[in-house]
Amino acid sequence: MLQIDAKGMYYRELNQKVRSAIANGEKEITLKNVNGQYYIGDGLRGNAAITVEGVPGNDLAAFMDGPTLTIKSNAQDNIANTMNAGKIVIHGNAGDVLGYGMRGGTLHILGDVGYRVGIHMKGLKRQSPTIIVGGTAGDFFGEYMAGGILILLGLNEKDPRPIVGDYLGTGMHGGAIYIRGEVDKNLCGAEVGILEPDEDDLKTLRQYLGDYCKDFKLDIEDIMKKGFKKLLPISLRPYGNLYAY
Amino acid sequence: MFKSLAPPEYLATIDQVKCIRCKRCIQNCGWSVYSWGGDKVLIDTSKCVKCLRCYHYCPEEAIQILDNPVKFKNNAYWGYNNIRNLKRQAETGGIPLTGMGSDLPYPILFDNLLIDACQVTNPSIDPLREPMELRTYLGKKPASVEFEKGKDGKLKLKTKMPPQIKINLPLIFSPMSYGSISLNAQKVLAIAAKECGILMNTGEGGLHEDLLPYRDSIIVQVASGRFGVNPDYLNAGVAVEIKIGQGAKPGIGGHLPGEKIPLEVARTRMIPVGTDAISPAPQHDIYSIEDLKQLIYAIKEATDYKPVSVKIAAVHNVAAIASGIVRAGADIIYLDGFRGGTGAAPSIIRDHLGIPIEHAIAAVDDRLRQEGIRNEASIIAAGGIRSSADAAKAIALGADAVAIATAALTTMGCTICGKCYTGNCSWGITTQRPELTARLDPEIFAERLINLVHAWEHELKEILGALGINAVDSLRGNRERLRGVGLDTQTLDILGVKPAGR
Repeated sequence: MLQIDAKGMYYRELNQKVRSAIANGEKEITLKNVNGQYYIGDGLRGNAAITVEGVPGNDLAAFMDGPTLTIKSNAQDNIANTMNAGKIVIHGNAGDVLGYGMRGGTLHILGDVGYRVGIHMKGLKRQSPTIIVGGTAGDFFGEYMAGGILILLGLNEKDPRPIVGDYLGTGMHGGAIYIRGEVDKNLCGAEVGILEPDEDDLKTLRQYLGDYCKDFKLDIEDIMKKGFKKLLPISLRPYGNLYAY
Repeated sequence: MFKSLAPPEYLATIDQVKCIRCKRCIQNCGWSVYSWGGDKVLIDTSKCVKCLRCYHYCPEEAIQILDNPVKFKNNAYWGYNNIRNLKRQAETGGIPLTGMGSDLPYPILFDNLLIDACQVTNPSIDPLREPMELRTYLGKKPASVEFEKGKDGKLKLKTKMPPQIKINLPLIFSPMSYGSISLNAQKVLAIAAKECGILMNTGEGGLHEDLLPYRDSIIVQVASGRFGVNPDYLNAGVAVEIKIGQGAKPGIGGHLPGEKIPLEVARTRMIPVGTDAISPAPQHDIYSIEDLKQLIYAIKEATDYKPVSVKIAAVHNVAAIASGIVRAGADIIYLDGFRGGTGAAPSIIRDHLGIPIEHAIAAVDDRLRQEGIRNEASIIAAGGIRSSADAAKAIALGADAVAIATAALTTMGCTICGKCYTGNCSWGITTQRPELTARLDPEIFAERLINLVHAWEHELKEILGALGINAVDSLRGNRERLRGVGLDTQTLDILGVKPAGR
């Protein structure tokens, strides 16, 4: 268990310290007094567990390949950019463009997220990324989605805002989006179909949400009380007729 | 449904007397122009694109591909392509696609620039028998260097040099992805790049494991679709390129049609088989120079500070954008002019957006010099480099090196027919159909590409020799050694070139 005090430290030095600690076999690292440092966990491999105290800066866990990051507060933009494997748990809100081109691993957020979350997520059978958001999401949720799973919960029933913004799943051609409660068809991109989840879907949801609830000490039965909608691309080639050959 | 009102562009014809019914044309055509009619070859000429595969493989020279004499009445204003596109759009409601660079008769500045030579008052150099240096280093250069005395008393460099990529001549291969071109075509580029001591670029389609032995000759690309990008990929090559734009389609994204996404390509890109692979027009994490800087350093952090290149299309405000890119920390700026090729672009975009590479090089080089940051990044110029003369002119205008793609593909059989987007390339280049890609033997065709690079290398040395300079560094940005012919004063001013006779 290693503690690094990040107070006043430039990101390059901080990340260098983390990388060399992991290279020396450190498995548990706590970063104290983090205040907006970019690129924490960027390109990191292995299976270390890193706890961040304070607000980490943009591009948290970009290209990350294995470790687990626990953020005890809010986080900023571009989290899990093209992330390959590993897990990020955020005990707060997070910003825009999360999980851009994400290829694998898990992103759990307790609070709200901004625009363009889950943009261009990918997936293969064995490697599939997951993002679960406890609060609400902004516009363009799941834009260009090509694979993986996005789950949006809207757990704060007192929040008067809609659970998701406009252009939901626009350009989607793979993967699946699950939204707790009802989905307004008018908010969806033209490429998206709204379905009732079947038995398999509910099993999938229970599996992913079980892990999520453990991270945040929530009761899965409370979450599952309310129904879900499943969003799928209605065509593998939404733009197949756009061109004259 | 009635027949298309756009008449075929070409007439594929077979001399029935010469034809020996060997059916090789049927086998070779990727477009299904030919079929067997029982006693003779039948022809569906509307499918012909004049790629000339059948012509080359006909043992009797019985095949001719003619321009269709009845296509439309000649009209200097309403050209064949204008009318054909109108007919096609009326029939489909779609956007006509095209491949390769624009073929419209815009002025070609390279053809209005001439290179100087030595006579009497300064000696030219014989490059065959005297040393001639084409070696080029890509990357940031320090503004000044300091030396110190080592323990052995010898002087050594004190300044810490930023990472440099050494290439044997100022020429690399432009990015072309696995998906847009076949794996065999990528292998040809990789083998030739390694052999010639230059570089190829993966484009945005990931790195197939078969290319790993060539990793020291590879730039890997990150673009808006983020296809195939993971930490192994970022660290696989000698540099990472962020693709913002492409000369053939500035401001619009990539679109690899589902026809070119079989299992293997889908696996590398991590998307469903047969779906269209979409690279969004913007990278949604880059809306500003500050955002670009963020991605550049995200990549540098993930790669222990490998050089990062940023590729942009040459557009009106290219000089200011390039300045921002350098200030954002890029080691290399890759400029792609509007004549640059593409695997697929709407023809309306390809033919009408962007600016020529010649203007862009001059404007960017000027701007970076004025701001005192020209040393901070190397400039690679691309977008229609047809010959070593174009390369030499681009370097004299201010580029550090040039990149070629169309010229390289022609060594593999490409005839610039411009139908790359269909996935039917009979030469096995821009297709994923296994029976077509098998035609492109990487070893054999790499030999031809290596020949081309060596030929250009010799020509560049001859040009330098005639100029009386023995290193390509002395040509770089040396616009005094260029003269314009038939160019107006303003164009000459932008290019920083005097008119011939001055």
